[in-house]
Formats: sequence, structure tokens, C-alpha cells
Amino acid sequence: MTQKKNKISIKNVKKTFGSKIVLNGLNLDLFSGESLVVIGGSGTGKSVLLKNILGLLEPDSGSIKIDGSEIVGINSKEKEKTLSKIGMLFQNAALFDSLSVWENVAFPLIQGKKASKEMAKIAAFEKLKAVGLSEEVAELYPVEISGGMKKRVGLARAIVTEPEVLFFDEPTTGLDPIMGDIINDLIVSCVKTLGATALSITHDMASAFKIADRIAMLYQGKIIWVGETKDIRNTGNDYVEQFINGRANGPIKMEFRQI
Amino acid sequence: MRFFIFLGKHSLSLFSTIGRISIFTITAITRCFVPPFYPRLIARQIVEIGFYSLPVVGLTAIFTGMVLALQSYTGFARFNAEGAIANVVVLSITRELAPVLAGLMVAGRIGAAMAAEIGTMRVTEQIDALSTLSTNPFNYLVVPRIISGTIALPFLVIVADVIGVMGGYLVSVHKLGFNPTLYLQKTWEFIQPIDIISGLVKASVFGFIISLLGCYHGYHSEGGAQGVGRATTNAVVGASILILAANYMITEIFFSNIQ
Ligand SMILES: Nc1ncnc2c1ncn2[C@@H]1O[C@H](COP(=O)(O)OP(=O)(O)OP(=O)(O)O)[C@@H](O)[C@H]1O
Ligand SMILES: [Mg+2]
Repeated sequence: MTQKKNKISIKNVKKTFGSKIVLNGLNLDLFSGESLVVIGGSGTGKSVLLKNILGLLEPDSGSIKIDGSEIVGINSKEKEKTLSKIGMLFQNAALFDSLSVWENVAFPLIQGKKASKEMAKIAAFEKLKAVGLSEEVAELYPVEISGGMKKRVGLARAIVTEPEVLFFDEPTTGLDPIMGDIINDLIVSCVKTLGATALSITHDMASAFKIADRIAMLYQGKIIWVGETKDIRNTGNDYVEQFINGRANGPIKMEFRQI
Repeated sequence: MRFFIFLGKHSLSLFSTIGRISIFTITAITRCFVPPFYPRLIARQIVEIGFYSLPVVGLTAIFTGMVLALQSYTGFARFNAEGAIANVVVLSITRELAPVLAGLMVAGRIGAAMAAEIGTMRVTEQIDALSTLSTNPFNYLVVPRIISGTIALPFLVIVADVIGVMGGYLVSVHKLGFNPTLYLQKTWEFIQPIDIISGLVKASVFGFIISLLGCYHGYHSEGGAQGVGRATTNAVVGASILILAANYMITEIFFSNIQ
């Protein structure tokens, strides 16, 4: 990466739910064309972070800029426009269960880009093929397919509009290692072919190593470490070390009984 | 002291609920006039509400008409019984019973279905997914339902009016042995346009209430399957109570200066 242009910059973002502080002054920069992975324990607020960027949740304070334009506190019309640059794969795929698989994939084209149904269908089938799903699957409904297939459909739906930015929320969680690796490969190739900027979330280190250019670790509402993937093995940071080695003992104490 | 804390907490939550419903209502109504519009979704909802509710509403109406005729026969003097019974049946059906009973039946059928469907979409992040796919969830989910509820219920009530009056006619003619032509003639004599119009206005308002509360409770449901269940119950109970309250108010508006 020669010139590091900021695609998304997050400054001092705070988000609380009631008395529970989830994001506590978080700073993070996402450069154009890179693939950044955020790691962190369950319930540390990784999904909340994504939802704040997507405008699904409003930060209590702080600033989030996408391509230099602020999205915190602006009206929904402008926000929609900025956010249409982002494609998102949800943690549980979040497929529309009233629509068939291909209709799910065609949805952003028909609704967002006002494509004709025929065109959208062709594009949807193409993307489904790209994620390794056959034409029979395309006619099924989301309840009729497995979790791994759902993730792939979700992936196809996220990339069908060829967005500039892609978010992946735990793309491999709940999948067997082989399927997980297939999804990782798909993500890498999608990001490469689209030339997109990717922000992924995971606590699966194998996946992080595979898809990340840089890794950031979220702990107690802040990014406590961020750096190149190759550097993460020797950060000298006890928290990061405990997490990537998956040890129960260390500075990170799991908060079992915190409401 | 405890009692006052209890009282305070509950009145606070009541007011915040009223506030949230008002905001939801205003947003929904404003969104009715902001594109994009989804005529196809409206048509599908009208079929769902209007057409598939016909059996339930029809059965309710026919038995209500029948029992009205039977009850008023036992209650009224034999003097001019045709006229009195025809009068009671047609006025009660068109002014009150058809709209209210159809409203309550549809609240159970459609209000519950809306809350459950939208609630499930909420807890499985499908509503979040809609926003990320450049689709406003209000335009896509709420507006079509509210428009079709408001349109479809009057049609249902017209059918209920006819079937209810027919139920009264069947009992009067076949069981009580009245003269069929005389009975129908009396029915026509007594009915005023205002009776039918007030019933249809009620139906429209009830349809609005049912779909608004169904959407509201679904949209704001949280906490998994249990939350969706709660949303469904709240939608039906809330709509039923509001229907009865609105019924009184509309009756007051229409008929207070006539009688
Ligand atoms: N809508 C909400 N209302 C209240 N609390 C919330 C809400 N969303 C998230 N939280 C809280 O915020 C915290 C972080 O949640 P989040 O879903 O971001 O975790 P996560 O890091 O994505 O975990 P996981 O890896 O398990 O998905 C949790 O403790 C959760 O209870
Ligand atoms: Mg999460």
C-alpha cells in the first residue's frame, strides 16, 4: 500500500446501552483497498461497532466518516446515500425468509439499483455460481438450506451490487473448518476481484490470518492493538497474546456475571 | 413508598410507550407520501387482509345477524315485529356489529400475523439487512400494511353488512315465519346512507389501528422468540382495546347530534 487513503475513519466513538458501556471512545482507521479484521471476545461490541458504522445504531458521541463525509447525526436521506456504498454479511446471514434464494440475492439490485427483474435474476445466478451454489439451490427458500449455504447466499447478496466497502460479521462462526475455509477463500477472492475495502469481525484466528491485511483487537470498548497481520504473533501485548493463543489465564478476565 | 415508586415507574413507561407509538405513527404516515412505493406489496396485503379474512368475517356476520333476529323477536312486542326486527338487525349490523366484530376478528388474524412476521424479521436482523440494502424498512414493510389495512377493512365490512342482514333475514323468514318481501322492504326503508357510511369509516379507522399496532409491536420487538410472542399478544390486545375505544368516539361524532 503506497498511499494510505482513509476509507472509513472512526474517532472517539462511544455507545452505551442503559448503564452498560459497550464502545468507550473507540478509534479506528480503515484504509482504501485493505482488508482489516477486528478480533475480540464474545460480547465485546464487535457487532455493535459495525452497526454504528452502518447507521443501524446511533453513537452517543464521536465521529464516523466514510470517504470523508460524516455520518453521525446527519439525516437519513444523506445517510442512505453514503451507506449504499457498503455491503454487509450479517452474523446470521439475515436472509429474507419470505423470498427465495435468488430473490434474496437479486433484492439489492431490484430495490436499490432499480434493475429489471430479468437482469437482476441473471446477475443473481451469476453471483450464486461465484459462491459455489447451484441453480437448484437458487429456487429454494432460506429455511430449506444449511447454515453454510446461508452464509454463502448472504455473501452473494452483499457483493451483488459490487459495493466499495464490504463488512463481514463473523463469516465463519458456526461452520465446520472446511466450509469455514471455503468462505474465507470466497471473501478473499471477492475482495480482490471487486477491489473493495473490507472490514471483518471474527474470533476465529485461522480466519483472521487468512483474510486480514491488518488486524485490530477490541477490548473493553477500545482498540487496544492494531497492526499488520504478520506482526500479531509478537506484539508484546499480553491481551493480544492471550487472545490469539486462546488461553483461559491471562489479563483478560471473562465477565461471566455482568449485566 | 414502594407503591409510589411502582406507580411512577409504570406511568413513566406508559407515557414513553404512548410517545413511541405517536412517533411511529407520524413516521409511518409521512412515509406513505415518500417514494418508493410498493404497489405490488400493497396488492398482496390487500388480498391477505381482505380476501383471506372473508370466511372468518362472513361466519361471524351471519351468526350475528341470525342471533340478532332471534333475540329481538323474543324481546319485542309482536306488534309490527317485521319492522322492528328488520330495523334492529340492519341498524345494529351496519352501524356497530359488522365493523366492530370484523375489526376484532381481523385484529386476531392480521394484527397478530403482522406483529409476528415483522417481529421475526427484527430479531433475525432482516430489518437491519433491509436498511443496508438501500431499502427503507418503513416504506417496504410498514406503509404497504397500513395502506392495505385501511383500504381492505371497509370492503370486508360491506360484505359483512350484506351477510349479516342476510342472516337476520334467514331466521326471520324461515324460523319466525315472516313475509320475505315485507321484511326486505322494511330493511330498505330503515337503512340510511349515514348508517353504512359511519360503519365504513369505522372499518377504515379499525384497519389503520390494527395494522399500525401490528407493525409497531413487531418493529419494536426484542429478545428472540419470546419477544416476538409478546409483540404478537400486545398487538392483538392493544388493537382490540383501541378499536372499542375508537368505536365509541366515532359513534359519538356521527350520531351525537342526530338522536
Ligand atoms: N440492541 C441492544 N440493546 C441492548 N444491549 C445490546 C444491544 N446490542 C448489543 N448489546 C450489548 O452490547 C454488547 C456487545 O454486543 P455485540 O453483539 O456487539 O457483541 P459481539 O462482540 O458481536 O459478540 P459476538 O462475538 O458474540 O457476536 C453485549 O453485551 C450486548 O448485551
Ligand atoms: Mg456479534
